Amino acid sequence: MPIFKKEFFGYFRSPVGYVILAVFHIMVIGLALYSGYYSRGEASLNTLFQPLPWILIVFIPAVGMRLWAEEKRSGSIELLFTLPISPRSAVIAKFLAALAFIGIGLALTLSLAFTTGYLGDPDWGVMFSGYIGALLTASAFLSITAVCSALTKNQVIAFVISVMICLFATLMGSDWLAQFLGSSVPTAALDFLRLMSFEQHFDTMAKGLIDISALSFYITLTIACLGLNLIVIER
Amino acid sequence: MVTVDRLVKDYGTLRAVDHVSFTINKGDILGFLGPNGAGKSTTMKMITGFLTPTSGTATIDGFDVAKDPIEVKKRIGYLPESSAAYPEMTVVEFLTYVAEARGITDKDELNKRLADVIVKCHLDSVKYRSIENLSKGYRQRVGVAQAIIHDPQVLVLDEPTDGLDPNQKHEVRKLIQAMSADKAIILSTHILEEVEAICNRVIIIDQGRVLVDESPAEFKARIPGATIDEVFRDLTKDSALA
Repeated sequence: MPIFKKEFFGYFRSPVGYVILAVFHIMVIGLALYSGYYSRGEASLNTLFQPLPWILIVFIPAVGMRLWAEEKRSGSIELLFTLPISPRSAVIAKFLAALAFIGIGLALTLSLAFTTGYLGDPDWGVMFSGYIGALLTASAFLSITAVCSALTKNQVIAFVISVMICLFATLMGSDWLAQFLGSSVPTAALDFLRLMSFEQHFDTMAKGLIDISALSFYITLTIACLGLNLIVIER
Repeated sequence: MVTVDRLVKDYGTLRAVDHVSFTINKGDILGFLGPNGAGKSTTMKMITGFLTPTSGTATIDGFDVAKDPIEVKKRIGYLPESSAAYPEMTVVEFLTYVAEARGITDKDELNKRLADVIVKCHLDSVKYRSIENLSKGYRQRVGVAQAIIHDPQVLVLDEPTDGLDPNQKHEVRKLIQAMSADKAIILSTHILEEVEAICNRVIIIDQGRVLVDESPAEFKARIPGATIDEVFRDLTKDSALA
């Protein structure tokens, strides 16, 4: 708990946290409006959710890159692991603190949801499932970033590698990759790629379907990465 | 209270600590001496549970650091060599974080401990400043304050007077001595006069091995008439040449 507090408020001790939040907000809302929020005439957040995974690919590593890399660089990791705290609770506390910060970022975009509610009569259930999907995608990306951050002293390296992994994992199931590989790869392999892809699962959630396969995909991946994080930290 | 038994640490093929053993009790101040890279810090890091020994054991108050790391960590206050802290936190924020992480959650108790270490380490004038804006001397004292905030039975201080001016050095030494009655203290240092001034036991370690384990008086008597510096140079000259 003290670690959670320290990490969470740590984002607000320097301008970095505010800058990240502002950039995220402008990108999400800007893209949603740009891609036809008004002109489509739909009372939905589709234009917000469609580009969201791509923004998260950059936003989440930016939030999570410092989690361990900074402690290793400054040597404060020595202090952390001579406190009577188990490595497991440290891993979880840091993860939850960053996730709470991301939660604030996502919550700020609710402004658009309220606008939608004011302008029309949206399906709140679909929006809710979309936000759950966004939060789950964020936690999976964050756990990937946490592992990368634990592997290096350098935040920039942690950032770049996490972005690459998240990007790859999202692209894996995208439609254009399917078209590109279409004729040369058996359908079963394409289905498998889709099953492992972020984009497909998130699309399902954004359409209002909270399905078990998507949920278990995100949760399994998050827990697996946090387990890996623990192993890296304890080595 | 602290028992170190044949502690070994290997980094690849390099043996950083080679079968170090000693025991210290309440009231002891052990001075850990040796050239740079002798294995002082590595030994301390194994006692505090930050590094896992390759072989051997370190036991604090009956708890083996490898088996009950949390129990051991509760009983130790540790000042790392880098006086690691979080630069963007203020002194009070940082000390509060350490205290809470050490399980001091009761508000009154916490405030009492904070006030106590701030007085002891002379931090009153900087308590609301960010740690990154403090001088080396203040940072070092913040490190000492964080190590004693939970009133531990065992104190492990890696170069506690490093970077301090002579007055501050004197203050920190006084502080260490004042606390020694009910604690077992291990400190490492380059400064030999420090050992003479406050320690009742001196261990010289070189290339991972214990060369000397005796009282400062015995140590000084090794070469009659020589200063403690000369005895030290004589003992460690092999590695200085290497």
